[in-house]
Amino acid sequence: MKHNKGAVITEPGNSAEKPTGGWRDKRPVVNTGLCNMCGKCWMFCPDNAIKKEPKSGKFYIDYNYCKGCGICAEECPFSAIKMEDETK
Amino acid sequence: MIYGMPEEEYIAPGHGACAGCPLPIITRIITKASGEDTIIVNATSCLEVVTSPYPHTSWKLPWVHTAFENSAAVASGIEAAVKKSGKKTNILVFAGDGGTFDIGLQALSGMLERGHRICFVCFDNEAYMNTGVQRSGATPLHAWTTTTPLGKKERKKPVAEIIASHHIPYVASANPAYHKDLYDKVKKALSFDGPSFIHVYSPCVPGWKYESRKTIHICRLAVETGAWMLYEIENGFVKINRTPEKRIPVEEYLKTQKRFSHLSKKDIEDIENDIEDSWQRMKNLEKAKARI
Repeated sequence: MKHNKGAVITEPGNSAEKPTGGWRDKRPVVNTGLCNMCGKCWMFCPDNAIKKEPKSGKFYIDYNYCKGCGICAEECPFSAIKMEDETK
Repeated sequence: MIYGMPEEEYIAPGHGACAGCPLPIITRIITKASGEDTIIVNATSCLEVVTSPYPHTSWKLPWVHTAFENSAAVASGIEAAVKKSGKKTNILVFAGDGGTFDIGLQALSGMLERGHRICFVCFDNEAYMNTGVQRSGATPLHAWTTTTPLGKKERKKPVAEIIASHHIPYVASANPAYHKDLYDKVKKALSFDGPSFIHVYSPCVPGWKYESRKTIHICRLAVETGAWMLYEIENGFVKINRTPEKRIPVEEYLKTQKRFSHLSKKDIEDIENDIEDSWQRMKNLEKAKARI
């Protein structure tokens, strides 16, 4: 690998090339019927793993980056997100 | 816009923050407030390490890594250059509690005294987490760390008051559970033509020893029990932003984290008294309407 002088990284946000979904042992699953589109899960996701469906306005999980911390399930005011065992 | 904040993200996923770490949540909110025209100076800290494993970066903004002690000095130089070029670019410093309370304090004091237009943000997880949970000036009374195995005997350093004593335009404390409050405070800090300081509460999953899903729950409990106070000091005048109607006993907060699992009844009383003392002090300052 060629290293630049002064450790300069010129490609903004290229850490997105490294998925972190493999860290997960539990996966959040959204029940879209219960989702009220409040956006709390989006607000509190440390991994930008909550995305908004442009058409419906509902939120879904990007499993490429979700580390399975469970904050979204804990904070959802409508209990629309449940954590399920990754091994299942 | 969601919760009055832009949907644009300035920090990319793929970073190495622990599952449930609030650092990326806080930086997402802060950079949404500061916007595209921002330069970030990042002191050595967890945040720096997890967002910049060479040759990758999670930052979508100009970002420079500094040592623990010189983030405020580097930012001062950047600010002078930006000012000379006639631009209005926002300059943020991100530092941990070690890089603010202890190692970075000297350069920070100089930056405040010289009056640079920089917003210095301290992410306070109350110990040196990146090096293995050693006590810092920010560690609260009786908290376990690897260097205080029986609990810290000293109180937390009142760093925000030290900073406010430099007579800068704006000092505030914030907490990611109160996301809009944090966002608004960053906007406000950047509106002043001078230095500002924001002290952000930032729980640590492995260092405080709790389940990752509880991060925001603990953030909220900290405010509701009075363990973390939300206030602003604008041009020297103290304003408490949120006074819980009836403070939940601090024990409810302490028992969510294993770093407090060794506490005796007397220790809990000590902590309750420490909190009461801090509240009284801030209330008196607010009531006095006298400048710090």
